[in-house]
This record gives sequence, structure tokens and C-alpha cells, in this order.
Amino acid sequence: MGELLRQTWTIARKDLLLEFRSRTAIVSAVVFTALVLTVFNFGRDPTAVSALDLAPSILWVTFTFAAMLGLNRAFQLELENQAIEGLLISPLDRRSLYWGKLLANLAFVAVVEAVGLPLFVLFFNVPVGHVLLPLLAVMALATLGFVAVGTLFSAMVVRTRFAELMLPVLLLPFLLLPLTYAVQATARLLADRPLSEVAGWLRLLAAYDIVFLAVASWLFPYTVDE
Amino acid sequence: MTMAQKGRWLVVTGLVLLGGVYVRALAFTPVERFQGPAQKIFYVHVPAAVTTELAVILLGLAGVFYLFLKDPRLDRFAESSAEVGTVFASIVLTTGPIWGKPIWGTWWTWDARLTSTLFLFFLLVGYQVLRGAVTDGALRARYSAVLGICAVVLVGFIHLSVYLFPTLHPQPIVLKPSKPSLPGAMLLTLLLSFGVFLLLYVGFVMQRYAIATRRAESFHG
Repeated sequence: MGELLRQTWTIARKDLLLEFRSRTAIVSAVVFTALVLTVFNFGRDPTAVSALDLAPSILWVTFTFAAMLGLNRAFQLELENQAIEGLLISPLDRRSLYWGKLLANLAFVAVVEAVGLPLFVLFFNVPVGHVLLPLLAVMALATLGFVAVGTLFSAMVVRTRFAELMLPVLLLPFLLLPLTYAVQATARLLADRPLSEVAGWLRLLAAYDIVFLAVASWLFPYTVDE
Repeated sequence: MTMAQKGRWLVVTGLVLLGGVYVRALAFTPVERFQGPAQKIFYVHVPAAVTTELAVILLGLAGVFYLFLKDPRLDRFAESSAEVGTVFASIVLTTGPIWGKPIWGTWWTWDARLTSTLFLFFLLVGYQVLRGAVTDGALRARYSAVLGICAVVLVGFIHLSVYLFPTLHPQPIVLKPSKPSLPGAMLLTLLLSFGVFLLLYVGFVMQRYAIATRRAESFHG
């Protein structure tokens, strides 16, 4: 178990270090997030629809797209110079490869969301301070769900034709469910509904995370082995 | 007789029987009191929906077994089941709105059940898109198995969620914990239609499987 964790951390650290040194992907993802939020602002009629009504959808559509951008990167990175071969030859447990990639992806998406949330508050004038903690819980759980499935699929699609297009086509049906839960929870939070109304959605998100984390770490070795 | 020929015979028999089911449904089954003749589409819609679910579940099971046994026949079956399932899902998504327009007054609503069928359709299409994008046979089989298993897990989740959202869609009347709440004549027609759809599924899958086998053979020379 300790060995597994150590390997997981090595993989995650390698990915994060690479990202930190180049910063191309993270900067593009952050800019992309800001742009999507801007597009949403022009994509609605502010006199007809109040920002609060649209807010949960705006927030989650933006985060879903941003997460997908980050996920495409995870294994694309390993294709250069056949780096993936090196990883697979090394005495590395396949599960720790999955968990390491998952951790790095989580960190990536978390940074994007950490910039996206304040921008969202600023652009749409939606105060979230009073529900910040539960909102962060919703974000954490939903993001974990997105990334759990996304990491598995991104390992598959890199070796297909049209990888960039393939990931959204395969992944979106899987993201719609946590997206729905997250939107429902966020809408209730922003409308100042009691927390008991949100608890059910949080439980569903947690159940989705647990199930798909288990399924993905079971299936992942089959996607990379020769 | 080859498998393709057997499959063709099954399909022909199924289609003739489907005609028979509809003669029974239109002429010898009572008209529903509130929905009128529009309810007759139910005898295609519901069996097609159940067959789609069956196709997806078998697709996932074939995936699980493939990962353990590595038998290419399982992969060919999964491929066939996905394609036939897509056809049945299209039938559900076509007959549903035709019924919905006169009864609900709208072709489509974002109701949980409609959405979940649409999910199934997208999953099946995505599955085939993935198959088309991988050239290596063994890799394709493994990827398809992984996606198939994930799809079944997702479908399970969607089913749980369906009960949490308010729905306009009629609740299940046959496959539910308590006794079927349907007059005997209608139930019999429905069950006959189930049988016919099952026959059609098997017939189509056999033909599609034969094509997949031919393809594999021609590929290996």
C-alpha cells in the first residue's frame, strides 16, 4: 500500500512539475475559462434573464469544458518521444499510474476552478461567500467524478484517431450525470435553501465518485497494457 | 444453414409475427380509456425500450468476460449487440415523440426517462465511434470492453436517478415490484410483442455477428 502511494505521488509530481515548468496547458485552460464566462455574458439577455437564474448552469458548463481540456492533456503528454513506453516498462503498478494521473489532473482542474470561481462571482455579481464551504464541497465532489472517468478515457483516446474530438464524444454522456447533480445542488445553495435540501445531491455525487473511481482503477490497466 | 441465413429467417419470422401482434393490438385489444388509439404505439415502444436495455447490459457483460477470457467472439458479439441496440434505441426515440405529441402536447420534454433513453443512444453511438477510431483489433476489443462496462455502470446510475426527478412519463406498469396493473388482454399483447422483439434482436445480432466474423476472416486472410 505504501509502495502504491509512493509511486502514485511520483507520477503526480512528474506531471505537475512538467506543467509547472512549461505552464502552457494551465495558462490556456485558465484563459479558456475566462473566455467561456465572457461568452456566457454575451449569450444571454440581461434584461430578460437574471444572472442568478443562469448562474449554476454557467458555472458548471464552464467547469465541464475546462476539465475536458485538462484531461486531453494528461496522456497526450506521454505520446511525445513515446514517453508512455518508458512508463510502462518501469516497475510501476498500473493502478498507481492511474492514481498519479488522477491526482495531477485534479490539481490541474482545481487551479482552473480556483481562478474560475472568483471570475464567475465578479462577472455575474453572484455572491457566494455565505455558502462558500458547501459550494466548495459540491465542486470537489463533482470534479472528482469528472476526473475519475476522464482520466480513464483519456488513456484510451490518445491512441485513437481524432483524439481531441473523441474524448468529448465519449466523456460527455458520463459527465452529464454529475453535472446535473452539481447544478441542482448549486442552484439550491445560491437560492439560500436549507442545507438539508443539498445533502441528497452531495450523497449522489459521492456515490458516483466512489463507484467510478473503483470501476476506473479496475479497468485502467486494460487500457495501457500491451 | 449458415448463421447469417438462420438470423435472416429469425428476422423474417419476427417481422411476420410483429404484423400479427399489431393485428391483435389494433383489432382484438381494447382501446385505452384516456389515451385512445394513441396508446397502441405502446406495444412497439415498450418492448423496443426493454430490448435496448437488454442490448446494453449484454454489451457490458460481454465486455467483462472479454477482459478475462480474451475471446474475440465475445468482442464480435458486443459489436453486434451495440449496433442492434442503436437501432432499437432509435425506435424508442421515434415512437416516443409520436405518442407524446397527442398525449402530452409536445414532441419532447427533458423528462428523466426521455433523457435516460437519449443517454443510452449517445452511449451506443459513442461506443461505435470509438470502435471506428481504433485500427488494431485487439486494442479495439479491449477499449470497447472498457467503455461497454462503464456504460452499463452509468446506465445503472441513471436508473437510480430517474426515480429522484419529477417525471411526466407513465410509470412502469409491468416490470415493477407489485403485480402488473394492466388488463389481461393488453398484457398478453404486450408480452407477445416482447417475445417478437426478443426474436428480432437475436435474429439481427446473428446476422451482424456473421458479418463481423467474415470481416475478421478476410482481415487475417
